[in-house]
Amino acid sequence: MEAQKFVWEGAIPLQIHLHESQVTALPPPPPALILAPRIGYLPLLAPLIKPYFSSTLPPGVDTIWFDYNGLPLKWYIPTGVLFDLLCPEPERPWNITVHFRGFPGNVLIPCEGEDCVKWSFINSLKEAAYIMNGNCKNVMNMSQSDQLELWNSIMNGNLEAYQRVSSKHKLSTVDDEYTSLCLPKAQQSLGETNLTAQVKTGKVPVRLYVLSIREDFDDLDEMPLVDSWRDLLHKSTI
Amino acid sequence: MDVLHWDGTLSAKDFRVGAFAFAQKWESLNSGFPLWVWVLSPKHPWLASPEEEGYLSLEKICLSRPNEEEIDQISQIDTEEEGTNCAGNEDVIDDATLVQSNHHELHYYDFHIVYSSTFRVPVLYFRSYCSDGSPLLLNEIEKELPACSSKELSKSKWIFISQEEHPYLKRPWYKLHPCGTAEWIKLLFLSDTARPKFEVVLELYLLSWFSVVGQMFGLKIPFKISN
Repeated sequence: MEAQKFVWEGAIPLQIHLHESQVTALPPPPPALILAPRIGYLPLLAPLIKPYFSSTLPPGVDTIWFDYNGLPLKWYIPTGVLFDLLCPEPERPWNITVHFRGFPGNVLIPCEGEDCVKWSFINSLKEAAYIMNGNCKNVMNMSQSDQLELWNSIMNGNLEAYQRVSSKHKLSTVDDEYTSLCLPKAQQSLGETNLTAQVKTGKVPVRLYVLSIREDFDDLDEMPLVDSWRDLLHKSTI
Repeated sequence: MDVLHWDGTLSAKDFRVGAFAFAQKWESLNSGFPLWVWVLSPKHPWLASPEEEGYLSLEKICLSRPNEEEIDQISQIDTEEEGTNCAGNEDVIDDATLVQSNHHELHYYDFHIVYSSTFRVPVLYFRSYCSDGSPLLLNEIEKELPACSSKELSKSKWIFISQEEHPYLKRPWYKLHPCGTAEWIKLLFLSDTARPKFEVVLELYLLSWFSVVGQMFGLKIPFKISN
């Protein structure tokens, strides 16, 4: 489970700039420097970001959203995935722009706060459960407190708590049994009966994001900027 | 394969075949009503699948509401059947006032039937907008739905509406969550005492499915499953 721990502990340093249209007092406020967990979602950072900019915002209701080089960021994609997709030559810190007004409702699904992100996560979980078990009963039958504990473990980056709740509801992706069997037998073909008898064949839900590039380039630095989500495709597969 | 051992799901190919069958049946059952159109989705060069993907589309539908019937009757107004308009005004109203009091925006609906390769069932995506293109929110849409069906269905454990990105158009649309579809559609076919053959089930799949989900919007199909 080293790989999972490694990912859970990963974080992306963000340098968050307030969009110029939202600056009401000069000089404009300096950017906020925030370390965002890879397994996390940008809107969840709102309570950390707002204090930096609240004094300069125009009056009105806040609806937070982000863009990178003009591309509105899909808030339901985890921060780490967004960074890996849009910044293959890693930019450290990652410079993104925050907005509190002018939500682009024709491009982005509205996000009214933490609850929206939570439901998006639960819906993805249902889809993953469906791939693994052929039905989403284990997610639908989760108690409110378990759902909350699972969600809080994601928000707090608490891997142990997450594993505790997920294994209780048969949501672990790979059994430890399977992993330890696989390593020494890596050279053998899967057709061997002793391996198939011990290994449970399971389905691993994978969401693949593919960025298509239309022009050739030699260096990742020269990669044309992503200016549209049309170039990104994602599919959930077995 | 027989219906008893079937899990209620469709392959992508079955969906395509079923979609065309549905569009044809729809045309023959609903004369004068707009038709479902198959829209091809753009192909991505790195994907191996040779078959073309697409979805069914029915757009710019105005769902009939009580006050729309009044608008239709402007030219032949009969004071005995004015009923109550949405303001609850029961007074006799003449042509001029009728046009004014009912001159609010017409709401249009777009429906797309998209195949979900994860759940292996059709999924209904929909959105609603005014004539200037400005979108309606879910709570505004819910006010327009036939009262009894939206209440019943919101209590039903099979129906969840969420706002998600349209898989092909990449824009926010509403969708009826598909996770219960396979189960209730299987129940639907099993409850038919005629026990149809599997080939017939595939042909009737989308029609049966839509006869349930379409009710949310008051779109009824004159349809008997045994035909």
